[in-house]
Amino acid sequence: MSTYPSPQRHHILSVLVQNKAGVLARVASLFARRGYNIFSLAVAPTEDPQFSRITIVVDVEGTTLEQIVKQLFKLIEVVRISELDPQKSVERELFMATVRTDGENRGQIVELANIFEAKVLAVGVDALTLSLEGSPEKLDDFEELLRGYGIVELQRTGRIALPKLDREAHSRAVKGKAS
Amino acid sequence: MKITGAEALIKALEMESVDVMFGYPGGCILPAYDPLLKSSIRHILVRHEQGAGHMAEGYAHVTGRPGVAMVTSGPAATNLVTPLCDAYMDSIPMVAITGQVSTSAIGTDAFQECDTVGITRSITKHNELVMSAEDLPLAIRQAFHIATTGRPGPVLIDIPKDVLQNSMTWHWPTDEEVQASLPGYHPTTKGHPRMIKEAAKLILAAERPVLYLGGGVLKSRAAEVVREIAELLNIPVVTTLMARGAFPDSHPLCLGMPGMHGTAAAVTAMQKSDLLIALGARFDDRVTGKVSAFAQEAKIIHVDIDPAEQGKVRRPDVPIVGDCKLVSIEILKALRELLDGGEVQADIAPWRSRCSGWQEQFPLSYEPSAPGAALKPQFCLEQIRDHAPEGTILVSGVGQHQMWSSQYWHFDEPYTWVNSGGLGTMGFSVPAAIGAKVGRPDKTVWAIDGDGCFQMTAQELITASISKIPIKVGILNNSYLGMVRQWQEMFYGERYSEVDLGGGVPDFVKWAEAMGCVGIRVDSPEEVAPAIERANSINDRPVVVDFRVEEFEKVFPMVAAGASNDDIILPPSQNDRREYLR
Ligand SMILES: Cc1ncc(C[n+]2csc(CCOP(=O)(O)OP(=O)(O)O)c2C)c(N)n1
Ligand SMILES: [Mg+2]
Repeated sequence: MSTYPSPQRHHILSVLVQNKAGVLARVASLFARRGYNIFSLAVAPTEDPQFSRITIVVDVEGTTLEQIVKQLFKLIEVVRISELDPQKSVERELFMATVRTDGENRGQIVELANIFEAKVLAVGVDALTLSLEGSPEKLDDFEELLRGYGIVELQRTGRIALPKLDREAHSRAVKGKAS
Repeated sequence: MKITGAEALIKALEMESVDVMFGYPGGCILPAYDPLLKSSIRHILVRHEQGAGHMAEGYAHVTGRPGVAMVTSGPAATNLVTPLCDAYMDSIPMVAITGQVSTSAIGTDAFQECDTVGITRSITKHNELVMSAEDLPLAIRQAFHIATTGRPGPVLIDIPKDVLQNSMTWHWPTDEEVQASLPGYHPTTKGHPRMIKEAAKLILAAERPVLYLGGGVLKSRAAEVVREIAELLNIPVVTTLMARGAFPDSHPLCLGMPGMHGTAAAVTAMQKSDLLIALGARFDDRVTGKVSAFAQEAKIIHVDIDPAEQGKVRRPDVPIVGDCKLVSIEILKALRELLDGGEVQADIAPWRSRCSGWQEQFPLSYEPSAPGAALKPQFCLEQIRDHAPEGTILVSGVGQHQMWSSQYWHFDEPYTWVNSGGLGTMGFSVPAAIGAKVGRPDKTVWAIDGDGCFQMTAQELITASISKIPIKVGILNNSYLGMVRQWQEMFYGERYSEVDLGGGVPDFVKWAEAMGCVGIRVDSPEEVAPAIERANSINDRPVVVDFRVEEFEKVFPMVAAGASNDDIILPPSQNDRREYLR
C-alpha cells in the first residue's frame, strides 16, 4: 500500500535556510498559500549552526515545481535550494511501527525484521515495536509486509537526502536568487 | 551610550531618513511615542490604522521612498492587514512598525495580543518579531533594505513592549553587516547579457511588436529609457493600470491601457501582436483575459526583477531577470549596436497603421447627457482633468470611477497616478491621497472616489483638515456600488442585489463640513466647471465635491471576467464597427 508519489512526479528539494525562529512556519505557509502539496518534510540543523536544512518531497509537475522553487527563493531566510535527482542522490528515512502479534507469529515477524535488518525496539505480550532505517522504497516494502499482521501504530520521519558522491553534478543548484 | 529600545527605534528611523510617519498610539507601542516627541520625524495622527497604511502607500507611490506606518498591537495590527496586502500586491515599499505584548506575555492570550507576524506572513515581503532591544537597529535597517530593493514590498517589524523599554547599547550596523545578516537575499538586478542580445534581435525582427509596460517600469524609474526604446523603433506602447504615466498618453505611440476596461486599441494590439515586450508587468488576469486565448501568436520577452514572475502565467521566449531600468538600458544599447552593425528592423509600418486605425475607430467614448438629464461621470472627469494644474496627482478608489479615472485622465508624467490595482481595495483613495499630498505638498492632489468607497475611510478627512493636508476629493456619486451593479446588469440579468446605496447615501457636503472641509454639491453640467475651479482655488483645507452622476452609466470597453480579449465588449455606439477589430 505504498502511497509514495510516482517517480516522475516526485521531487526532492533540499532547502538551506537561516536557522531562525519562524522559518519552518514561513515555508509551510508558503506551500499552503500557493496551493502546493508537501508530501514529506524533514528539518534539522546542519554542520553550521547558522543554517538548517529542510528536505521537502513534493508531488508535482515540472512547471509547478519551478514556481515552488522560485517562490521559496523569495523567502528572505532561504539561502540555497537544490533539487536532488532521485537517481543521483542517496535518500534515507526512518520508520517505526508497532505490530500486533498473537504470540504464535512473533517468530515470523522477528524473522521478517531480520531479513530487512530492522531492529526490535520493544516486545510486549501482544505487540512488537520495530524500527527500520533505509531507502523509502525499502520501507514501503517492509510496511506492506507488516500490514498482514496488523499495524497498531506507524510513524515515518519523511526522507532526508544528499547528493551521491561518485558523480559530478548530482544536484542542480537553482541559481538566480529571488528578490 | 545606553538608550532604550524605543529611543533606538526612533533613532534608527531617523537614520533611515524617515521624514514622516503615519500612526496611531496604544498600549504596547506607547514607549515609542515618548522619544517621538523629541524627534525630527513628523507624525501624522490618523483616525483608523487602515488609513495609516494607505497613507504610507500613497506617500511611497509618489515619492518612491518607503512609507512608514506605526501602530499598536492586536486590533491596530489587524487594522493594518488590508493596506499591507494592498502594498504587497502592488509592490509598494512600506515599513510597518507594530507594538506587541511583552516577551514574557507572548503566547498567553494577553490583552491585545495577536500573532501579527503569523497573520501578516503571506502579505508582507518579510516580517520579523524582534525579541531584544539590541537587535532593533539591525531589524530596522534590514526592513528598509528589503522593502526598497529587488521587487519592493511591505516589511513589518513587530516589537514587544519590553523590548522598547529595555536599554541597549546603540550600534548602527554597516552595509556589510546588513548584507552578512541576509545571506539568502541577493536580488538580481543586471540582466543576462546573452538574453539581452537575444531580446534585441527579436525586437528588430518583430513585425507586430508591442511594449507592455507594468508597474515595474515606475518602480525602477525606467520611464525615460523605455521611451527611448519605443521612439528608436516606433513600437506601440500599452501602459497597465499600475503603469499609467510611465509613458505619456499624449504620445503618438501610446495605445493606452490594456485589460478588462482597456482601450480597444491596446487590447487588440496585444491580441494580434507577434512580440510582447513585457517590462515589469506580470500578465495579470485583468490584462490577459482568458490566458489560453491571450496573444496567441506573440513571442514574449519578459523583463522582471522577480524570477517567480517569469513563466508564472505565460512562458516567456526570452526571460530576463533584472531591474527594468538597468535591463532597458542594456537592451537599448544592444539595439543600437545591431543597427550600427547594419541590421535593419522589420517593416512595422503596416502594423503601426493598423494600430492607429484601431485608435481612430475605437476611441474611448460615452453618450453625453441629454439636456436636463443627469450628469455623466466621464464628463466630470474630463472637466477635472482639463482644469487641473500641471503635474496634478490623481488618486482613485475602486470601482467604475477608478476605471473612468484611468481611462479619461491624460497621464503625461510618471508618479501622477495612485491606485489600488492588485487588491482592488475600496477605501484606498482618501487616505492614499493624503499620503500623496504629504509626499508631494507642491502638487495638487485630486482623489476621485465612489460613494461606496468614500464611506469606508472618509474619517481620514479630519486627519487631513487638522494636519493641514489640503487634498481635493471628487465623489462620482451614482448612489450605487456601481461596478457591482454593472456586473449584475450585464451578467445577472439585471437582478440587482444589495448594490443600491440610494436610500442611504449620506449628505456628503454636511459630512465634509463636519470634518473641517469645504463641501460642494454638483447636480448639473453647468455647475461642474465652477465647482472644480473653486476647489482648485482652496488650498488651506481639504475640499469635497459631491458630483451627483447618472446611476446607470457603464464602463466600456469591457472584457468579461474569464472571457477572451477577442470578445471585448465595445460601447454600444461602436458596435457597428466591430469588423475593424480584425
Ligand atoms: C473592500 C472592498 N469590498 C468590496 C469590494 C467589491 N467592489 C468592487 S467595486 C465595488 C463598488 C464600488 O462602489 P463605489 O465606491 O460607489 O464606486 P462605483 O463603482 O459606483 O464608481 C465593490 C463593492 C472591493 N473591491 N473592496
Ligand atoms: Mg458608486
